[in-house]
Amino acid sequence: MPAKKLNLRKRYELLTRGMGWETTYQKMDDVFPYDSFEGIKITDWDKWEDPFRLTMDSYWKFQAEKEKKLYAVIDSFAQNNGQTNLACASYLSAIKLFITGVTPLEYGAHRGFAHLGRHFRGDGARIACQMQAIDELRHAQTQVHTISHYNKHFSGLHDPFHQFDRVWYLSVPKSFIEDAMSSGPFEFITSISFAFEYVLTNLLFVPFMSGAAYNGDMATVTFGFSAQSDESRHMTLGLEIIKFMLEQHEDNLPIIQRWMDKHFWRAYRLLGLVAAMQDYMLTNSPMSWKEAWEVYFVENGGALFEDLSRYGLKMPKYHELATAEADHISHQIWSVFCSLGNATGFHTFLPTEEKMAWLSEKYPDTFDKYYRPRFEYWAEQKKAGTFEYQKGLPQLCQVCQIPMVFTEVQTDPMQISYRVTEHGGDKYHFCSDGCKDIFEHEPEKYVQAWLPVHQIYQGNCGGPTLPEVLDWYKFKPEDSGDYIGSKDYHRWQEWKGADKKVKQA
Amino acid sequence: MAIIAKDGYVDNVRDRVENFHGNQLVYVGWDDHLLFSAAWAFPLPPEMPFQGLVSEVMPGSFNDHPDFEKIDWTSVEWVLDGKSFLPDMDKSLKDNGVGHKSLIRFKTPGLMGVNGTRL
Ligand SMILES: [Fe+2]
Ligand SMILES: [Fe+2]
Ligand SMILES: [Zn+2]
Repeated sequence: MPAKKLNLRKRYELLTRGMGWETTYQKMDDVFPYDSFEGIKITDWDKWEDPFRLTMDSYWKFQAEKEKKLYAVIDSFAQNNGQTNLACASYLSAIKLFITGVTPLEYGAHRGFAHLGRHFRGDGARIACQMQAIDELRHAQTQVHTISHYNKHFSGLHDPFHQFDRVWYLSVPKSFIEDAMSSGPFEFITSISFAFEYVLTNLLFVPFMSGAAYNGDMATVTFGFSAQSDESRHMTLGLEIIKFMLEQHEDNLPIIQRWMDKHFWRAYRLLGLVAAMQDYMLTNSPMSWKEAWEVYFVENGGALFEDLSRYGLKMPKYHELATAEADHISHQIWSVFCSLGNATGFHTFLPTEEKMAWLSEKYPDTFDKYYRPRFEYWAEQKKAGTFEYQKGLPQLCQVCQIPMVFTEVQTDPMQISYRVTEHGGDKYHFCSDGCKDIFEHEPEKYVQAWLPVHQIYQGNCGGPTLPEVLDWYKFKPEDSGDYIGSKDYHRWQEWKGADKKVKQA
Repeated sequence: MAIIAKDGYVDNVRDRVENFHGNQLVYVGWDDHLLFSAAWAFPLPPEMPFQGLVSEVMPGSFNDHPDFEKIDWTSVEWVLDGKSFLPDMDKSLKDNGVGHKSLIRFKTPGLMGVNGTRL
């Protein structure tokens, strides 16, 4: 007798909930040793709702179709020399930062979710995490496949995973994901699925994907689209897990609020790199960092927390500061990259007149007053041939690991924001109260931070001189320095014809 | 507050002074000169005289700035770990109270950066 066709709900129940059981040979606490030490209380895992009710078999089918489409586009991109349609080769600095700084985060997210896919006690949540683990692995892989086409033609794209573990500014994303991965499963999912993917993901997605579209990079647009439907599933998971934890027990609220505060601040600091990319690296910027912040955080994030306030969850601590900093951080971070551009794995370049006019328009309160003068000063020096990269290694924040470039934007935007605390007889320095609070809550964790500048001085990074360190990073000489005059620049001139006006020239 | 992490963190202070081969880390930042986006970090022997910091170490990182050669060192205002102080130039960093990971800030009255822009 043929089996009756099951409806979606029934299928989902059988294929997820029906796959778990109460263990008897071993204690459940021994089988799931990681889901209680954080203090999160779950009384009934069956209350977990999976809004997608996706089963593994349909997941595979769905993903396979997307893969097929994506690889068809990648193939035709390669065959048609898609790289020649870029707005300018200098745009690729953004892609270099992406493949070295973001793709390894996808891989880290894969590892984290694989852990959760084994260690959450509830089968529904476990299956959702297993799918996300596969998604994130797929994202890392498709990004490598897509961007490897540019690697055939341009510098700086050759060793992203090696560099992620070593390079001074890549310790920013690395320490972010490793902080989450070394936490317990509930903190990990709060960090990645909620603080990052739900609250802040559009601030990453918009600049990269619509930035790619604005700059003729159809390869990046394509993997962006391929990942987008996964991301909406991830965002839903993020919101679901927060509501689930909050509904399960009232004792969970203060823990979640603290995680929210911490991981909002950590993710926000990480996005400072994206801000610089969005405002400066993109030849054509679809919107400024400040505009993106207003729309995606102030408006959308505000509405989200309004909705969550019925559980008692408040807006993340220091969000007002983040909003005040929206006028500053992209300029501050791009300045430090330009001044240390002989030690970056992507090309730096000063903003053109046209770009500066755009920045003045987008940042009427700050760009002309605080930031234009430094770019004009450096431009004059470059013209006179007296420009030199700065000689020194900057002080880093112990938590976010970004050079201490942020300023007191609410009182004096030209004064660096210095914060310090003592622990175990040693001093620890921070860029902000947000980073300081994170340290002070778990100092034993952050005293172990691998700060690139300190590691160089301890003799762990290939040698004491800059060339030795860059070699240890696997930066080739042609990867660094000004875009103008670089190998990428010359190749682009060759393709486009020297007479055609190239934007950055 | 105890650490809440799934892998046992052992007692490992990664930047303890013993790891710097006889040096200690010292950060030096020049207020109102934001062409330098951040303070610089230097590994220095604690026995180095403060004068050595001023005349041998700092120029290497700061003298690209047009204000640097104009500094009147007798009028410089020093801040050590958040408190204003008057260094004894002949005494060592250590005897001046400069410890591992101390932050030294200095202000140069009258010199407010390129065209007075605090850059
Ligand atoms: Fe992803
Ligand atoms: Fe994701
Ligand atoms: Zn920080």
